[in-house]
Amino acid sequence: MRFALFPPTSSPSLRTCSERDNMLRLYATVAAGGFRRHATYRVATLAGLFTNTVFGFVLSYTYLALWAERPDLGGYSSSDALAYVWIGQALLTVCGLMGGGFEDELIERIRTGDIAVDLHRPVDLQSWWCAANAGRCAYQLAGRGAVPLLIGALAFRFTLPDGPAGWAAFLFAVALGSFVSFALWYLVAMSAFWLLDGQGVVQAAWLTGLFFSGMLLPLNVFPGALGELAHALPWAALLQVPADVYLGRYGEGWGLVRAYGFQLGWLAVLLAAGRAAQSAATRKVVVQGG
Amino acid sequence: MAERLRTPVGEPYGTGGRGPSPYGTGSGGPAPYGTDIDGPFPYGADPGGPSPYRTAVEGLRTYRMVAAMWIRSTMAYRASFALTLFTSFCVTFFDFVVILLMFGQVRGLGGFSFAEVAFLYGSTGTAFGAADLTMGSLQRMGRRIRDGSLDVFLLRPVPLLAQVAADKFALRRLGRVLQGLMVLVWSLVLLRDEVAWSWEKVLMVPGMVVCGAVIFMAVMVLGASALFWLQDASEVTNAFTYGGNTLLQYPPAVFAQDLVKGVVYVVPLAFVNWLPALYVLGRPAPAGVPSWAAFAPPFVALVCCAVAGLAWRTGVRAYRSTGS
Repeated sequence: MRFALFPPTSSPSLRTCSERDNMLRLYATVAAGGFRRHATYRVATLAGLFTNTVFGFVLSYTYLALWAERPDLGGYSSSDALAYVWIGQALLTVCGLMGGGFEDELIERIRTGDIAVDLHRPVDLQSWWCAANAGRCAYQLAGRGAVPLLIGALAFRFTLPDGPAGWAAFLFAVALGSFVSFALWYLVAMSAFWLLDGQGVVQAAWLTGLFFSGMLLPLNVFPGALGELAHALPWAALLQVPADVYLGRYGEGWGLVRAYGFQLGWLAVLLAAGRAAQSAATRKVVVQGG
Repeated sequence: MAERLRTPVGEPYGTGGRGPSPYGTGSGGPAPYGTDIDGPFPYGADPGGPSPYRTAVEGLRTYRMVAAMWIRSTMAYRASFALTLFTSFCVTFFDFVVILLMFGQVRGLGGFSFAEVAFLYGSTGTAFGAADLTMGSLQRMGRRIRDGSLDVFLLRPVPLLAQVAADKFALRRLGRVLQGLMVLVWSLVLLRDEVAWSWEKVLMVPGMVVCGAVIFMAVMVLGASALFWLQDASEVTNAFTYGGNTLLQYPPAVFAQDLVKGVVYVVPLAFVNWLPALYVLGRPAPAGVPSWAAFAPPFVALVCCAVAGLAWRTGVRAYRSTGS
């Protein structure tokens, strides 16, 4: 079965200015919906907050022990390393370090065939999910990210960014990281069109992401070639780059441009790959009926 | 259209009709369990009910049957099972790679050598893995309470805890146990000359794994009991189970003493491996705990089970169905 991704009238050449405004307003509404939807589960947010904080404390002490043995390990001071721990806990859900937070639902829709309904909507599938995910990320950042970072900062007095400009640079890197995460997990979810049961791919992606994002240990601490490889892979854009921007290791000006360029490069590649997979899937795959 | 192609074996709740129908909704065949039960309250909810011993036997039987059913269903897709088992093994292995990477940079952590940290890692990893294998499904109960499907479980004349704990029994979690055991054996090989072994130390190693698993299970049941009131709070349990497992992989000297006291006196996770392992390694117990505490894990495990059992009963009594 074939699905047109856009209704015939909305071909790009014919699109008027007001139509574009309408689309933007639509995606803003979808994003707001994503925010509100996750904001409904307050107990779950509190529970997650608690768990993130406990893990933050446990990891902080192990990192302190590690940095006590080897000061300046990976170029971080122990204060930087502590900041890294709590940034990791804060970005856990925002940058999808342990699962993107939306892929299970998307895979389920593909498996049950509900995706056919989504494909009939006069909006692009990838952009729709991207907008919804952006709303989710915004909520997770405010609801689950900020508080552990604050608790950690009060308990351990770790490194803070240089003034408002430093915070702004960090937040921009986090935003880019969350979009790279979306592009990655979207690609993973697309595999369900062919495999139906996406669990194997999701687990493999989860595993690789956990290791290469630097969630378990900063990528700077990885030895030699493994470290270089890890720094070049897209997962570095999720946690390592935002954390290094936070710690001011990219400096200002061109250094920051390099960091953002790395994230944007992977974002473009992964979004294009997701788009290619999506169009291949909608062209060739028979959607599950039910 | 394509739905016909999926075998219903993997979906015990499916409407497929064919394949083993575990809850006896299909046609023919004997009812899977509960045929030889007398009285309507076999799980001792009423004071005049059967003895706790019978309840336990009945629970174990139920657990075995439900788990066996899920294993059969998993084995319908052998390749998929092998893959997920392998992934589960790898997830925990990466966990250990972190420690390997750390020891690539340093010679000791908190005064402990690699072999000693591996001993801590292996003992808690195996205990937690065993608990996760048997009780890990309890986390899903929040969803069952929310969508009302727990009611079906309550209607069956078998213990609720056994049904919920064996629900969607995932044999792939065996990967974590295997990985933990491998590290434990490796560390024991490394430590064979460093430790002054005596018979009580040799017995203490399997003993602490068993007691540790029971303590972790009790924590999981306790966490699940809270779900009767707070359905979305399942992640809090993670802080104590996964978080506790991470904590116990490292020597207690690394952590703030208040934190160590917390896992001795409040949530007794220190009895999973810290106290017995320190005794085996010939090191003093942390946070001013007396040295005989190394022999306490069996009693602590029993107390934990009693508390968890009490919390579970209170939770079941307080349960209100969503009604949907």
